[in-house]
Amino acid sequence: MTSPTPLVDIRGLEKRFDLSGSLLEQISFKNGRFHRKQEAVHAINGVDLQVQKGEALCVVGESGCGKSTVARTVMGLLSPSGGEIYYDGERIDNLDGKEVLPYRRKMQMIFQNPYASLNPRMTIQQTLEEPIRFHHPDWDADRVKEKVTEVMQSVGIDPDWGSRFGHEFSGGQRQRIAIARALAVDPEFIVADEPISALDVSIQAQVLNLLMDAQQKRNLTYLFITHDLAVVEHFGTRVAVMYLGRVCELADTKTLFSTPRHPYTQALLSAIPKLEDDRPNHIRLQGEVPTPVNLPSGCVFHGRCPYANERCRQEIPQLIATDEGAQVACHAVEEGRL
Amino acid sequence: MALLEVKDLDVRFAVRGGDLTALRGISFSLDKGERLGLVGESGAGKSVAAFSILNLIARPGYIAGGQILFEGKDLAAMSERELRKIRGNRIAMIFQDPMMTLNPVLSIGTQMVEAIKAHRRISTKDARAIALSKLNKVQIPSPEKRLDQYPHELSGGMRQRVIIAIALLLDPEIIIADEPTTALDVTIQAEIMALLLELCEQDNVALMLITHDLGVVSQVTQRMLVMYSGRIIEQGSTREIINDAQHPYTQGLINALPQMGEPGERLFQIPGSMPSLKNVPTGCPFHPRCKFATEQCKRTMPEYVRSGNVDVACYEVSNLIEQEKHMQESEQ
Repeated sequence: MTSPTPLVDIRGLEKRFDLSGSLLEQISFKNGRFHRKQEAVHAINGVDLQVQKGEALCVVGESGCGKSTVARTVMGLLSPSGGEIYYDGERIDNLDGKEVLPYRRKMQMIFQNPYASLNPRMTIQQTLEEPIRFHHPDWDADRVKEKVTEVMQSVGIDPDWGSRFGHEFSGGQRQRIAIARALAVDPEFIVADEPISALDVSIQAQVLNLLMDAQQKRNLTYLFITHDLAVVEHFGTRVAVMYLGRVCELADTKTLFSTPRHPYTQALLSAIPKLEDDRPNHIRLQGEVPTPVNLPSGCVFHGRCPYANERCRQEIPQLIATDEGAQVACHAVEEGRL
Repeated sequence: MALLEVKDLDVRFAVRGGDLTALRGISFSLDKGERLGLVGESGAGKSVAAFSILNLIARPGYIAGGQILFEGKDLAAMSERELRKIRGNRIAMIFQDPMMTLNPVLSIGTQMVEAIKAHRRISTKDARAIALSKLNKVQIPSPEKRLDQYPHELSGGMRQRVIIAIALLLDPEIIIADEPTTALDVTIQAEIMALLLELCEQDNVALMLITHDLGVVSQVTQRMLVMYSGRIIEQGSTREIINDAQHPYTQGLINALPQMGEPGERLFQIPGSMPSLKNVPTGCPFHPRCKFATEQCKRTMPEYVRSGNVDVACYEVSNLIEQEKHMQESEQ
């Protein structure tokens, strides 16, 4: 399954967000002594992912599992606290502003909320021209216009609407414009962070189709972040399931949906309401997702897992390959208990 | 007689440049203990329909016509004072965002006791006992502790459980739930939906569930309404509609779901988007997006026709039914 060089290679990625504030805020006075307390949100705790050329790798999980943080760290919007990120074999997470420029053109991002991601004071033409002018300063005005017209047509927005502003469009149209903006600089790799979650069902289908068409025509590679498993099943080549900042299962979409191995994946899949169901029939988990400030010891899922034993409470499980070609981080699967 | 019967309800919003019609000729009924789903995309009017039942639509919205009969009495014609006796007491509501519904500066217990005392003459001690029993019912861990906690100390799923407990406080006949799980994660959503269903069945409470998730509607409700641009375009047995939708819009909505398509293939898509209230098309509001649209569809809104246990407002469907009738007659 591992082909020569993955397009994007994430190795041992970690990201912590400091909660404790300045030094003075960290210090407290208790029982005649000074204490210094430091706290951090452990958003990502050692994630390894390879995105192969031409695939759509989906990252799924519930809120707080770190999936958006992975997306933002890969894009360089956040700097990692640990680990490395490679693009086409080159390390990119430690580059400075100038060196990273060529990668910024090759990697583009689509955000969740098209109401927030378009500048309300720019016309659509300006919005789409900006990235082209930035990355191709040598292009003349005609060539830029031509490119804008081309991307607008390819996402199904009438090029004559260029002089309109973002607020004049519906949610679905705005997301098309956001996609057009990402496509305008001919990227190779697109990170899409919940691109259809804010849209209505009938519009979701339109935007998903558009993303799939673009993938075929432009030979794109996607890192697709979502919480919607039905979308993943339709769209993804491979799926990584995340829980509390770790990948607990990584598999081909088909394999994951037909034979989920990790207890969390099983619970997650059973929780999707299906059209043919007459009653809710999900696997009931104990408790709720613990806070990422104080991570549980051992397997992060052990507190809610019906199969947890002493080893799960102590030792962090690593991703191991299964017979189906998937990778699962679970002691119970490894020991054959599950 | 149905517990709740809505007849020909019109709701309008008075704005500059004339009234906007948010609901037009809405009619449906809800029996005791029945679970009804309201489905539609944003802007279809499903929340307005739910809110107008308790006359909770804020100005400039107003009920322009029709009746809302609850046990035979018209809620639309009631005074504010009379309505307050019904709101929260006989008909309870659950809103989408639990953080918005709970008062952040009052403890859970205080809020629950307040709700009971608003409707019943009862001592604080007894009210707290009722509150505790309802918290037990919604399966909150250590309920005694929760009474003295504040909303921010609870997680999203826990808050929604508290909201359900508050809705159940006065043993209502109807619970109206407006997207109760949309703000929650999938696994928590499944828990909350299962809980709501269980409680409604236990106490034979009628549930009106507003959602955009057809999977949830299928799991929880017995009958459903599909709304489009302020009208009900299809209503009837949930199972029949999900398995064999008649209206082209409902069909499109179901077929556009990713689970209906072959993985990796293009999804079915309905072209265009729902019209805004400012320019609702003449005739059937769906006609500009409908592949079956004829001149007739552009001119007049179709009447409901019955197909199995489902009422549909569509000329194409009524024509098909007519044709079938003719075929059968000619065979005989």
